[in-house]
Amino acid sequence: MATTMTNDELRADIEALVERLGPGRASLIPILADVKRRFHEIDSETMQTIADVLDIHPVEVHSVASFYAFLHSAPEGQFVIRLCGTLPCDFAGKQAVADALRTELGIGFDETTEDGLFTLEWTSCMGMCDQGPALLVNDEVHTRVTPEKAKAVVAACRAAAVAKEA
Amino acid sequence: MPVIIETQGNALTYETIEPEAGLKAALATSRADLVDTIRDSGLMGRGGAGFPTGMKWGFCAAEKADQKYVICNADEGEPGTFKDRVILTRFADLVLEGMTIGGYAVGASLGIIYLRAEYTYLRPHLNDVIQKRRAAGLLGHDVCGVEGFDFDVIVAMGAGAYVCGEETALIESLEGFRGEPRNRPPFPVVAGLLNNPTVVNNVETLASVAAIMAKGTEWFKSFGTDKSSGYKLFSVSGDCDKPGVYEFPWGITVAELLKEVGGEGAKAVQIGGASGVCVPARDFERRLAFEDIPTGGSVMVIGPDRDILDVAENFLEFFVEESCGQCTPCRLGNPQMLEAVKLLKAGACPPEFLENVKELAGTMQVASKCGLGQTSPSAFLSILEGFGDEIHNRAAGA
Ligand SMILES: Cc1cc2nc3c(=O)[nH]c(=O)nc-3n(C[C@H](O)[C@H](O)[C@H](O)COP(=O)(O)O)c2cc1C
Ligand code: SF4
Ligand code: FES
Repeated sequence: MATTMTNDELRADIEALVERLGPGRASLIPILADVKRRFHEIDSETMQTIADVLDIHPVEVHSVASFYAFLHSAPEGQFVIRLCGTLPCDFAGKQAVADALRTELGIGFDETTEDGLFTLEWTSCMGMCDQGPALLVNDEVHTRVTPEKAKAVVAACRAAAVAKEA
Repeated sequence: MPVIIETQGNALTYETIEPEAGLKAALATSRADLVDTIRDSGLMGRGGAGFPTGMKWGFCAAEKADQKYVICNADEGEPGTFKDRVILTRFADLVLEGMTIGGYAVGASLGIIYLRAEYTYLRPHLNDVIQKRRAAGLLGHDVCGVEGFDFDVIVAMGAGAYVCGEETALIESLEGFRGEPRNRPPFPVVAGLLNNPTVVNNVETLASVAAIMAKGTEWFKSFGTDKSSGYKLFSVSGDCDKPGVYEFPWGITVAELLKEVGGEGAKAVQIGGASGVCVPARDFERRLAFEDIPTGGSVMVIGPDRDILDVAENFLEFFVEESCGQCTPCRLGNPQMLEAVKLLKAGACPPEFLENVKELAGTMQVASKCGLGQTSPSAFLSILEGFGDEIHNRAAGA
């Protein structure tokens, strides 16, 4: 992250967020979510900056980030694919989708592709159980996913990444 | 239009409720009478715990404070539950009406919808509905022209933690902390968000409030049983022909429900989500009602060819993952139950070990700090009890 953005820019960004969300502690989770969405990681420098702006200890920032599945600080791909592992999606064939994703991406679960594009994770029931297997790509919901559909989803992400580069 | 994730089911009463009729009726009532009306309706919380809504509101209304809050719990994390998603998609106005009625009843001026991160796609839709209500004078300053009644609603996002559906963990999360449940008392109605009196209600509870105020308590009580008034939305998934969201009056038997959804022939049904109970086919005449099998509405149909231990294993993996780890019985107990199920699957579970784990499960039910640890043993224990033969035969055959 430090390579893409100077500390001052980051600080200005976080300050702008605080202005919008209020200076209170309650802004911490929305700030972390926003940082995560934009930079796909929350490094220690950023945690320090957030802590400074909110006037709390950086350990507090780390402790909160580590609690929430969607805020984990470790670097993640541009596209985080979360496949539901809970019973109805299991019944509906999550395993075949998991296998297809592993093959297509060349990584296992809880891993990130070397090009930094994809992270693959399991997630708990995401409220789409009548139409499993279900998965999330960042905020986007996909239902009734088959191995073919999973491959198409990955291809669409790759195409979107290429379009963004261009 | 919001992004629609199509869900099948039957006709829902909410389709027939006249918009804003409930809110207008509520605002024409005194606060005390309003709380009494909800109490008289017999409405019990639809989020799973089934606490009487009128009583909860009465407690909060009785507190003296400058600021109070109404929180709509849209964390919907219980495995197999998706009816709140459907309600938020199709009937968001009714939910906001219910929140506004709640705000008037207890004297709150801010409502917060706590929306699970997985439902981020619904956020623009909810903000849009809120914005339209502000423009129509249904939210904001002097709501519906009632002088001195200010009420607004904002949406706050979860960040991927099942335990944050527990109301005190939800409040911790809103305050910017780890979503770890608090000790109670004090209850949120006395000291909730930022230590102010706070009502936390499920999405469906709030929509039901609007319906009750629009159509009356007698109408509501004409559905259901003596002890469980009204109708309920069930999220049906698993091995059946027509999964979806279904409305039934309380008191329907498991067998009747299965017939409606094309799930006859099931060997078991898990009711109430991972934290609920596993009901074997021989008990399908039991009723879904607070006096028999209470539930937040998750119904997972388990077909004849499924391995019941796979079911137990899946739920326990869920709890091992989702426990906040704050208290010992839950932190240690869930992995132990999972270990027992794995050994049973391999036909290699020593009887003494199983007995110890069952005892530990009993301890969890009474000694865990929050509902997660208190209820995670339910599926495990009910599967051991209901499917003893299947589990034993397999152990012998292995
Ligand atoms: C681990 C856990 C998770 C919960 N998740 C939810 C949830 O997602 N939605 C919900 O409405 N209630 C959930 N609850 C119940 C809430 O604590 C609370 O009882 C409920 O929101 C009150 O609303 P109601 O009375 O209208 O049902 C959960 C409870 C526990 C223990
Ligand atoms: S019971 Fe489990 S989830 Fe609840 S507070 Fe204890 S450790 Fe956390
Ligand atoms: S079980 Fe996968 S979405 Fe609910």
